[in-house]
Amino acid sequence: MDRVITCSDAVERLWAFLDRELDARDEEAIEAHLAFCRRCCGELEFARHLRRLLARRTGDELPPEARARLERFVDGLAENTADGGRT
Amino acid sequence: MGAVLKTSDRAAFQQLARDELAGLYALARRLSGRDAEDLVQEALLRACRSYASLRDPGAGGPWLRVILTNVWRDRLRKDSREPTEVPLDGADGFSLYRTLVDEDPFPYSDTLHLDFLGAFSEEDIHTVLQRLPARYRAPLVLRYVEGFPTKQIARLLELPIGTVLSQLHRGRKLFERALWDYAVESGAIDGTAERREDAPWTG
Repeated sequence: MDRVITCSDAVERLWAFLDRELDARDEEAIEAHLAFCRRCCGELEFARHLRRLLARRTGDELPPEARARLERFVDGLAENTADGGRT
Repeated sequence: MGAVLKTSDRAAFQQLARDELAGLYALARRLSGRDAEDLVQEALLRACRSYASLRDPGAGGPWLRVILTNVWRDRLRKDSREPTEVPLDGADGFSLYRTLVDEDPFPYSDTLHLDFLGAFSEEDIHTVLQRLPARYRAPLVLRYVEGFPTKQIARLLELPIGTVLSQLHRGRKLFERALWDYAVESGAIDGTAERREDAPWTG
C-alpha cells in the first residue's frame, strides 16, 4: 500500500469506487482502507443500497390513455413519409 | 410537421417507437417531472426527422433516449424558472449514513440502514428526486437510472466532465438529505431531533 487515506477521503470517493470511475491508484487506496475500516465498509454497503434504490424503476409508468395518445402520435409520424407513402 | 420518413423506414420506426414508449415516458417523467408526454412527443418528432442517421437498429433505444435528453436540455435552457445556482443549505456536508446512526430512528432494528431505505416505495423515490433542482437531478437519473457513462452525460448535457462529476456528487448529497427530509415529513421517522440547532442538515 503506497497511500494511506482517511475515512473522510474514503467516504468521499465511495460512489466513484462503486461506479468504477477511480484510477487504479485511488481504487487501491480505497480497497486498502476498507480492509481495516469496518465503519467505512458499512458506508460502502449503504452507498451500494442507496445506488440500487436510486436506480429502481417502477413497473410501467405510462398510463394507458397516454400510451394510446402516443401510439396515435407515432402512427401519425409514420404515415407522414417523405416519398409518397402518405395515406 | 413536414414529410420526413422514407416509406421503407416506416414500419421499423413505428415498431421502435412503440417498443420504447414506456422507457421514454419514464425517463421524461424523471427528467422533467411535468409535461412528460409532450417531451416524448417532441423527442419522437426529432427522431423521425433523423431516423435515417440511425445506423444500428439495435441501438434504437439508447438513440431515442439521447434525443429525448437533448430535447429536455434545450427546453431547460429556455426555461428561466430554473435558477442558475442553487443554494445547497449545507447538504454538501450531510451524510445520511451518519445521520441514521446518530438519530437511530428504529432503535430496535439490527439493520437500521436497510430498514430505512426499504421504507421507500418507487413513487416515494420519484417524489424525492423531483425535489432536486434539475441540474443535479438529471445527472443522477442519466447515470444511475439510465446507466449512461459519465463522459456521455457530459456530452449530452454539453458540460465539462468535471462539472458533471461535481453535479453528481452534489446531487447524491441532495438526494440523501431529501430522503431524510421526506421521511421526517411523512412521519416515517421522528424528526424532533432533526431540528436540533447543531444538526448538520439544518444548514
